[in-house]
Amino acid sequence: MRHVLSILVENEPGVLSRVAGLFSGRGFNIESLNVAPTLEKEVSRMTICTTGEEQIIEQIIKQLRKLITVIKVVDLTHLQAVEREMVLIKVGAEDSKRAEILRIADIFRCKVIDVAASELTLEIIGDQGKIRAIINLLQRFGIKEIARTGTGALRRSMQFED
Amino acid sequence: MELTGAQVLLESLRREEVEVIFGYPGGATIDIYNEMSKYPFKHVMTRHEQAAVHAADGYARASGKAGVCLVTSGPGATNTVTGIATAYMDSIPIVVFTGQVPTCLIGNDAFQEADIVGITRPCVKHNFLVKDVKDLALTIKQAFYIARTGRPGPVLVDLPKDVMQAKIEYEYPGEIHMRSYSPHYEPNARQIGKVIDLLRFTRRPLLFVGGGVIGSNASEELIWLAKNLHIPVIGTLMGLGSFPGNEPLWFGMVGMHGTYAANMAINNADLLLAVGVRFDDRVTGKLSSFAEKAKIVHIDIDPTSIRKNVSVEVPMVCDCRRALKALRSEIDAAGEPVNWEEKHGDWIGKIQAWQKSQPMSYEINGSTYIKPQMVIESIYELTKGRAIIATEVGQNQMWAAQFYKYHKPRTLLTSGGLGTMGYGFPAAIGAQFAFPSSLVIDIAGDGSIQMNIQELATAVSYELPVKIVILNNGHLGMVRQWQELFYNRNYCSTCLHKNPDFVALAKAYGAEGYRIEKRENVKDVLKQAFATKRPAIIDVLVEPEENVYPMVPAGASLTDMLLV
Repeated sequence: MRHVLSILVENEPGVLSRVAGLFSGRGFNIESLNVAPTLEKEVSRMTICTTGEEQIIEQIIKQLRKLITVIKVVDLTHLQAVEREMVLIKVGAEDSKRAEILRIADIFRCKVIDVAASELTLEIIGDQGKIRAIINLLQRFGIKEIARTGTGALRRSMQFED
Repeated sequence: MELTGAQVLLESLRREEVEVIFGYPGGATIDIYNEMSKYPFKHVMTRHEQAAVHAADGYARASGKAGVCLVTSGPGATNTVTGIATAYMDSIPIVVFTGQVPTCLIGNDAFQEADIVGITRPCVKHNFLVKDVKDLALTIKQAFYIARTGRPGPVLVDLPKDVMQAKIEYEYPGEIHMRSYSPHYEPNARQIGKVIDLLRFTRRPLLFVGGGVIGSNASEELIWLAKNLHIPVIGTLMGLGSFPGNEPLWFGMVGMHGTYAANMAINNADLLLAVGVRFDDRVTGKLSSFAEKAKIVHIDIDPTSIRKNVSVEVPMVCDCRRALKALRSEIDAAGEPVNWEEKHGDWIGKIQAWQKSQPMSYEINGSTYIKPQMVIESIYELTKGRAIIATEVGQNQMWAAQFYKYHKPRTLLTSGGLGTMGYGFPAAIGAQFAFPSSLVIDIAGDGSIQMNIQELATAVSYELPVKIVILNNGHLGMVRQWQELFYNRNYCSTCLHKNPDFVALAKAYGAEGYRIEKRENVKDVLKQAFATKRPAIIDVLVEPEENVYPMVPAGASLTDMLLV
């Protein structure tokens, strides 16, 4: 099962390689990882998407907590959380296809951020379902390049009983 | 007081009450060595950096204090990796200081530059690169704090040469607090209650103890619990010595080369009190049939140890000593009317019967060779279990575990997790510095001893009375045993027919050398060698193709043992 882990780490050299090394050394999966400073300049937030059985996820979380530079680990999977990823997609857009691509972009509330004679670059922000859907739709026009940020996520302020 | 980085380092080591530093100098650490004589601790120069780390590790295991090691940059640093990984696997507190090229050259592929922080990242508890002298004192404080607390382990501090030369107003921090590191020591009262309940309602409890009992100095509490509640005790290799090996409630080591009684007990117990163990594959055998009749209580300081390999009934993340102490207070407070002796009597009787049917033994007839097991038994008889025993890795290690009875914790120094050949001799040197008047013996094989034999020079220089008993069978015995049993006797690369003359070699280094070729001489020559105040090699020519039994083949159930 896919889990989204939100991790606060000391913002110091080597912290990313400690976390990444833990995953590779112990054979854990990383689907995506992103990291950037928080408002507190000594602290960064990492968001890691990973997959595995419950016992593996439990190990991953414990192993992360054991790293000296890791301050806090929260598994957002069993909490109500918001998650988003931003994707830049460069898609082939000859005259005959352009209108259709722009229509799709409009439906998905994408922004066109670069235009050339035969290509368009779109910016898409959404959860994994939306991103999968638009990639799927644009594939037939020929996706030339793609850049993804990986998931960023936060726990919702209000948690409701299911 | 303004000090240079080198002085900050040494002054901080003094404040950490360091007594001995094991090291090897080099270009990047000259500034530190230049100040060394002004400080009260002893610097021990080994002949290889790997040995310096093993010596610091042996010192730490024997004394319970943190071991300290100082080496230069580049190859000096990379040579420490095996020693660090050894300490990491066995949770031994050591602090390794490595020299580094000046900060302006880092990343330039400078002479003797290695990214040792990167290289050691997966095998240290934590490591630091000090880029500014103003961070130095705090980093050293943190390094010792991290190495000694929680689940102990090795910490590496990389020291660029210019940082050692830079000056700073010195101040050493007192107490420190780290927001990202605060080990949890106290047992949870509700979990303690659950354990007491389980103890009340089970009939076949078993204490299964490991290195965590020794690391947390919990032997006294363990002995109280076992004796007062009449619970039989078995241990891992790392747990040997945590419970006296000459007590009737002790049933030996468990696992691949464990005793028949211990392996049978673990798979028949209905309550397994696992204290300071991590359920390593060499201990559990086939996981699906491991302790399948038992409810498991797992006490360990490290949360990652829990549910890593086996699922448990009652997990307790805390210090082993405090947990056992809490159990004791609960039992005392309850004033239990339980007659433990009667409740567990049948169970103990059953384990004793297993022990009697398959005691630790070996075949002595049909061969005139000295049996290696015989040598260990003689060492035990001569030392009455009072020596500090270091081992190498392989058959020598297993026989030392099986046939020597460890009366006290910290008297067996062995590379349990990593299985590092070449560990024992330098570890024995380290232990000898912690206990100058104790008899320290390295039980070695003719293969292992050659991995750090250059340390004879260290032992001779410092006039250490360390003894090396080589169980010389002309083979890499454990691998040969596997080849014999599972690879159709294809003895590829395991025969050591061109061994050096170890007696002459010892003498060339300035140590004493003895050779034993006949059974009747074993005890006398060992006695003579142990009495000398000088380092000595005792080369014992033993049965070339002796095997270690019992043996549970890799991946088999603990009860599927190959017996003598």
